[in-house]
Amino acid sequence: MSVKSIAAFEEGVLPTLTALLVALVAGDLLILSYGQAPGEVWRLMLSGTWGNAYGIGQVLYKATTLVFTGLSVAIGLRAGLFNIGAESQLAAGGFCAAALGLLLPAGITPWLAIPMCLLAAMIGGALVGFIPGVLRARFGAHEVIATIMLNFIVLAFLNWAISATGLAVPETLHTPAVESTAIPRLAAYLPMFHGSAANGTILLALLATVTVAWLLFRARFGYELRAVGLQPMAAESAGIRVPRVWITAMVLGGAIAGLGGTNFVLGYKNYFEDGFSGGAGFLGIAVALVGRNNPFGVLLAALFFATLSQGGLAIHALVPKQMVEVLEGIVILAVAVSVPEVRRLLRARPPKGVAASPVQA
Amino acid sequence: MKMTLLLLLQTLRIAIPYLFAASGGVLAERAGIVSLTLEGFMLSGAFCATLGSFYFGNPWAGVAMGLLGGALFGALHALATIRFKANQIVSAVAINLMVVGLTRFFLRLAFDSSSNSPRVAGFGSDGSAGALATFTNPLIWLGLVVMPALAWVITRTRFGLRVRAVGEKPEAAATLGVSVDRIRYGAVITSGALAALGGVYLALDQHQFTDQMTAGRGFIALAAVIFGRWMPVRAGVACLLFAFAEALQIQVQGAGVLPSQFVSMIPYVLTLVALAGVVGRAIPPAALGRAEG
Repeated sequence: MSVKSIAAFEEGVLPTLTALLVALVAGDLLILSYGQAPGEVWRLMLSGTWGNAYGIGQVLYKATTLVFTGLSVAIGLRAGLFNIGAESQLAAGGFCAAALGLLLPAGITPWLAIPMCLLAAMIGGALVGFIPGVLRARFGAHEVIATIMLNFIVLAFLNWAISATGLAVPETLHTPAVESTAIPRLAAYLPMFHGSAANGTILLALLATVTVAWLLFRARFGYELRAVGLQPMAAESAGIRVPRVWITAMVLGGAIAGLGGTNFVLGYKNYFEDGFSGGAGFLGIAVALVGRNNPFGVLLAALFFATLSQGGLAIHALVPKQMVEVLEGIVILAVAVSVPEVRRLLRARPPKGVAASPVQA
Repeated sequence: MKMTLLLLLQTLRIAIPYLFAASGGVLAERAGIVSLTLEGFMLSGAFCATLGSFYFGNPWAGVAMGLLGGALFGALHALATIRFKANQIVSAVAINLMVVGLTRFFLRLAFDSSSNSPRVAGFGSDGSAGALATFTNPLIWLGLVVMPALAWVITRTRFGLRVRAVGEKPEAAATLGVSVDRIRYGAVITSGALAALGGVYLALDQHQFTDQMTAGRGFIALAAVIFGRWMPVRAGVACLLFAFAEALQIQVQGAGVLPSQFVSMIPYVLTLVALAGVVGRAIPPAALGRAEG
């Protein structure tokens, strides 16, 4: 490895390792405060997640949604935009997929119905992403505030749509299940996953990861997007139409987060339920951050956070599962703190093998 | 007549937590530090107030503990964003998540419940006594003066001038010998304590802590800050306006005027409209979100 790539590796990995260490110590303290033995709890967390097929299936299921929301946030960040709206984009996507499923004739072949529902999910999410994109590009409204406000607006709207319009099954907050648009569970092909929610959407998540990676690093549009994210003024001078890139990035991010809604709606329950997004959109911010806005990093980070959240259920007999919410917060904060810190420390140290230059660039 | 009076009292009760939280938001944002943390500050205030009131049997101990809790998380946000130059939005997201987790964890630890604390000593009417008993809650009075007081601090005092300076032009402030970091630490820690009072009010008004009892109020307060264009009195008026809409909704409930979900959207829609500049542009402090200096 060259000196440069060692430095890049250190910059990429050190903050994550630091964060894990901090989270481990904080977790120990929480476990001790509850009067349990840390080793025992951590072991339970591992065996309840990666220790059996059901646990693995649940982790994969949770990671699938997080891959989509993580990619959504990462695309925005690569364009210099902070998309806090993945939560409502996810919910809107799920809603549109379920709504279309209800509208389609009952006898329709899944080969046609499922792609249509996937498309509906993308359109639903894209619409929610489009609004803050336009507000930013045309009116200069900060996308962080706009996406937060839109989260509340969209989630309230969906709550109304499900509870006040007769769309829901009586006495519940979910639509009737539609079997014709169901994406098969993994257990249908691999019986060992029996009972877990992991389903075919996982393949879509992998496809989305590869596509986003190609788009960001191989396609002309991705180059423009990253240029805008790094230095909008310079990009503008180079002839890139910055407002259009902003809008496209938000629409694309929205579409991907929206597609994530199908993991629950088409792959797991076969219906839309109010509040199904359950914070997966916000956790997407953590996933993008820990994954360093790299699609494959997002994949790994999604597995990590999915392990934590499934692990919470596994340890609940000994320690309240809410411990993992604290740990998630700590990991996010620790990564956010150590990324600039590690960069500064590495910059301050003259790289090995390179003669220290008297002139600072 | 009675309806009108009830409506106004209801508006006031709803507005107080917003006023406290928004005052914290104005202070931190005017110093250049993003205030997405208000929700977490409020929730920590509510929980610590409940703990304090429970263990000391005195609501004022709850107030003190609440202030301390908010200041502590304010200090954490300040440390992360000022000392370590962490992204302010990410730090805020992390702190909000962490506070939800911590309050739930310690709710189980302290009270062995996943939903609420036992009844603790609090202020005011507890809802059942007459509506005017609301005014026996001393925090109401504090809430009503917090915005005018903040306006005075920001426009008339040396600290306020410095807060505005580090929020608009940190480099210029530094040139004049102002310690940008120290002013920002002061503003963000105070902001945490102020916003926490909003949660303290909720917990002591209801005489207990319930899981996630702030229920997004911190974000409504943030909306009020933006809608009020980062000016204390205007933000205060925005808080009252948002609270009035909610109170109206409660009064006409069941009359089928407007679904409650649409009423709950009002603050957010108004803020989006203000952001887009339809009625006079909302322009944030120049250095907001930048951590240099």
